[in-house]
Amino acid sequence: MIDGIEVLKAFAPHRGDALVTHSGTTGGRWGEVSENPGRDLRLESSMGQTTSAAFGLALGLPDEKVVIFDSEGALLMNLGVLASVAGKAPKNFYHFLLDNECYATTGGQPVPNAQGIDYAGMAKSVGYKSTHHFDDLEEFVTSVEEIMQEEGPVFVSVKIEAEVQNLPMGLRTSSGGRSRLETIKDFQEEMGIPAP
Amino acid sequence: MVQQQAQILRPETLIEEFKKNDVTHVITIPDSETNYLYELMAEEDWLDVIPISREGEAPSTALGLNIAGKTPVCLIQNTGMMEAGDSIRGMALDVGFPLVMIVGYRGWTRRGATPDSAATYTEPILHALRLNYYLVEQDTDGPRISEAFEEARVTKRPVVVLIGDEYHGFNR
Repeated sequence: MIDGIEVLKAFAPHRGDALVTHSGTTGGRWGEVSENPGRDLRLESSMGQTTSAAFGLALGLPDEKVVIFDSEGALLMNLGVLASVAGKAPKNFYHFLLDNECYATTGGQPVPNAQGIDYAGMAKSVGYKSTHHFDDLEEFVTSVEEIMQEEGPVFVSVKIEAEVQNLPMGLRTSSGGRSRLETIKDFQEEMGIPAP
Repeated sequence: MVQQQAQILRPETLIEEFKKNDVTHVITIPDSETNYLYELMAEEDWLDVIPISREGEAPSTALGLNIAGKTPVCLIQNTGMMEAGDSIRGMALDVGFPLVMIVGYRGWTRRGATPDSAATYTEPILHALRLNYYLVEQDTDGPRISEAFEEARVTKRPVVVLIGDEYHGFNR
């Protein structure tokens, strides 16, 4: 198992101008390492649907690389999106799955068949152009630059340690940062896209 | 009979309304009644059809396209709209983008009573979500689709067009 924040840190130097969004506990820490917040989007609200929003973004901005740091709990809740992505096959779509085998934000209960699912194999069989799986940080570090040069849709699953949160919601401290609507507004300004 | 035929909602009318309102993408799960509409949409080079696997993907995929400055519509059935409830809430109602959702009104009879619970619960669910809607039953109702687009643009909210004809004439 890999410390998830190390995955984000290893990815950051190879981001280039890619647009980045995320779901899940560890993906939510992307803001700690991002050096280009104008191209970051916080889209989470309906569990599982951030992946579809990132897919729509990739279709709408075909000249930009779109990266999502997904979680396995969220993906399981919207598994059909793999087929939807593979069907349209956006060349600019980079789907990173941070798999901690549990619902970390609700206390660490295991997802169904937590240790028995081959997500990269699933993405491959459904039609993603390129798929990878890592459970070793060094292998990820040495591969990520090349992965970001591949033609999408690309799927990368990485086994990470769970950052389990057990406090009642009312006692948790906010991670702070910009709201979802603020990131959308900032992003559209950065990209020169008129607000609706 | 001739008059009846003239009133049937033509799929071409939907395509015309989409073009009139600068629609760029249609996110959809085809159903048995919309096959001809699907074929027509696929022929239009100004329109990108995005097949999805489950209706909950529709509002969220639309959100990504909206953020990118595009004009998507969702084309689903009322049964799928029920499935998509949380996505409609979190990825459409909460985000401040205009979005028209074309929803096939399975079970609609015009007579009130229907044996199909898909129709029974459609409008109560729209009311619960505080989603405004327009009913399109025949071809002369076509302009209501543009009214829905205008309302969505002004309010920056999702607006529903219920197709209460079960797309008669869409299969040819």
